[in-house]
Amino acid sequence: MSAPGRLPRWADVGLLPIVSLVAAFAVSAAIIAAAGENPWTALRLLAAGAFGSQEAVGYTLYYATNFIFTGLAVAVALHAGLFNIGCEGQAYLGGLGVGLVGLALDRHWPFWAILPTAVGAAAVFGAAWAFIPAWLQARRGSHIVITTIMFNFIASALMTYLLVNVLIKPGQQSPESRELAAAACLPGMRALLAPLGIHLSPSPLNLAFLLALAASALVWVYLWRTRWGYALRTAGKNPVAAVYAGISPSRVTITAMLISGALAGGLGLNEVMGVQHRLLLDFPGGAGFVGIAVALMGRNHPVGIILAAVLFGGLYQGGSELSFDLPHLNRDMIVVIQGLVILACGALENLFRAPLTAVLARRPQNEAE
Amino acid sequence: METYTLIVLLLAATIRVATPLLLAALGGMFSERAGVIDLGLEGKMLGAAFASAAVAAVTGSAWAGLGAGILVSVALALLIGFAGITHRGNQVVAAMAVNIMVAGLGPSLALAWFGLGGQTPQLNAPSQRFLEITWPWAEQARATPAPGLLYAELLSGHSLLVYFAAALVPAAAWVLHGTRFGLRLRAVGENPAAVDTAGLSVNGLRYQAVLISGVLCGVAGTYLSTAASAGFVRDMTAGKGYLALAALIFGKWRPYPTLGACLLFAFTDALAARLQGVALPVVGVIPVQFILALPYVLTVLLLAGFVGKAVAPKAIGVPYAKED
Repeated sequence: MSAPGRLPRWADVGLLPIVSLVAAFAVSAAIIAAAGENPWTALRLLAAGAFGSQEAVGYTLYYATNFIFTGLAVAVALHAGLFNIGCEGQAYLGGLGVGLVGLALDRHWPFWAILPTAVGAAAVFGAAWAFIPAWLQARRGSHIVITTIMFNFIASALMTYLLVNVLIKPGQQSPESRELAAAACLPGMRALLAPLGIHLSPSPLNLAFLLALAASALVWVYLWRTRWGYALRTAGKNPVAAVYAGISPSRVTITAMLISGALAGGLGLNEVMGVQHRLLLDFPGGAGFVGIAVALMGRNHPVGIILAAVLFGGLYQGGSELSFDLPHLNRDMIVVIQGLVILACGALENLFRAPLTAVLARRPQNEAE
Repeated sequence: METYTLIVLLLAATIRVATPLLLAALGGMFSERAGVIDLGLEGKMLGAAFASAAVAAVTGSAWAGLGAGILVSVALALLIGFAGITHRGNQVVAAMAVNIMVAGLGPSLALAWFGLGGQTPQLNAPSQRFLEITWPWAEQARATPAPGLLYAELLSGHSLLVYFAAALVPAAAWVLHGTRFGLRLRAVGENPAAVDTAGLSVNGLRYQAVLISGVLCGVAGTYLSTAASAGFVRDMTAGKGYLALAALIFGKWRPYPTLGACLLFAFTDALAARLQGVALPVVGVIPVQFILALPYVLTVLLLAGFVGKAVAPKAIGVPYAKED
């Protein structure tokens, strides 16, 4: 038996994720059937709920905004060979930064001055929360997977403490801050496009979506068009070779995690400034973990991440519609699909890679080159 | 005497909280000492908690529930093993995938099978649960002074699974450090190539280690839904799997120190429940969140080498490729 060759690039980038996705959906369909519903009906309802109307698309893209930020965060760390499971906590802290800027300035500064300050705060707070695990990994060899998980729990405890004891609006039972004034709120996409003569249905989609797209472009430029990005990818692929090339792996570790945390913090812009207009408990809502699925499915490339984020946004939006029509299904099914996608795209890709490579390697022999 | 009673009750609560942590952490110890990262403790426990509660509710037998819990947990362990050992996929990704999948699967199936938005039916009959076992004369002993209360609260009055967990510690220590199997397991986590050269199957040993972890996480999950509470509810592990992993690291991957870490972490949990809103002398009210975050902070400090040093098995997380 000859050793399997390498998968051609188009198949590695395009075909493999699709095959993995189809496998994940097939298993999900079996589970839906076991739950006593028709998988085909579920898929139709899911698609209609996610993309069937302007409002639905608005919600889908609003969810996708969060997933783009966390997906990019996971991807930048993965390019440096680091697995950042701490996006959930970094996004939580990023939102704290956004909220603090809003609460401090919304009655004094105009929107155009608050926006860049809030973007900076989201990045700095998210990056700061990633810095400690990064520093510990780079300088003391502490396993970053474990430390970032621990930091998720510490972030959760810290935020609960702050909201219950410090930031809570006086005279109120639920642990939430006061509402932000309009100067510290991101304009909705409907309000943004109205002057251009485009009339959208109301939805939570807001300016943060455009910021997420801009972040994707910046990440692409950074990773593939700058020497720092080159150093980051080199250290991720082969730390030993990187040292010989004069690249310091520990510096790359810290830089990559700072960027990763800053990107995760972007989620706070969408949730705190864009939709909730206040600080409240658990607003990341698991998006940090969806980011893992999005990055793996999007092959760690910004374009792939945007596509995967829209897919998962559609699943989240369509999933909440599903429960209205199918009594035996609820939103938890979406979490199952998410787990299966991570399994298929991230851990089991060798299962699909070998047969795919074999099939594709056979073809050129039949066709004349 | 009042303070004394309080302390004894606090310690009794500590034992109850520590049990699932200890079972999962000891399971994780076998897996990690063999070189397989066990991030899947959370998912395996949660899956077992659902399966055992569901089967106990349907059959009316806690023992059938335990069997189902172990079966599901082992199946999940094998799935992670299939991805991470056989196909040499990323063990962390595989385990996270299973954790996330199970978090959705439990409530989904509970809704489909029982029609109860994400939980299993309440386990009311005594046969459906692993209830507290009262030792002889425990009630009489409670009335007598000091040592009586210790007997009644700390030795007596726990679920069978608690005693199982306690007995497991010396057993695990013996298997890991006193048997040929344990030696091979530790060798496969430190230097798999040497084990391979000696003619033993690296992957076979790792599968055995992962299986042991599956069984113990199954018992841990069963404890949560049939002993500590009466049925499965959404996300009922609530991070206990990760806490168990932290305890395993805090115990430096060794049985008795891991027991100590589990008891310490469980004590902080029990203490936090007691100190809710209580003003202490000198320091005043300590925010509960600070106490709850303590195990995670301590683990990070240990990993950083500021509090002792935790050295992981050398080959942990690295799939073994025979042809290399």
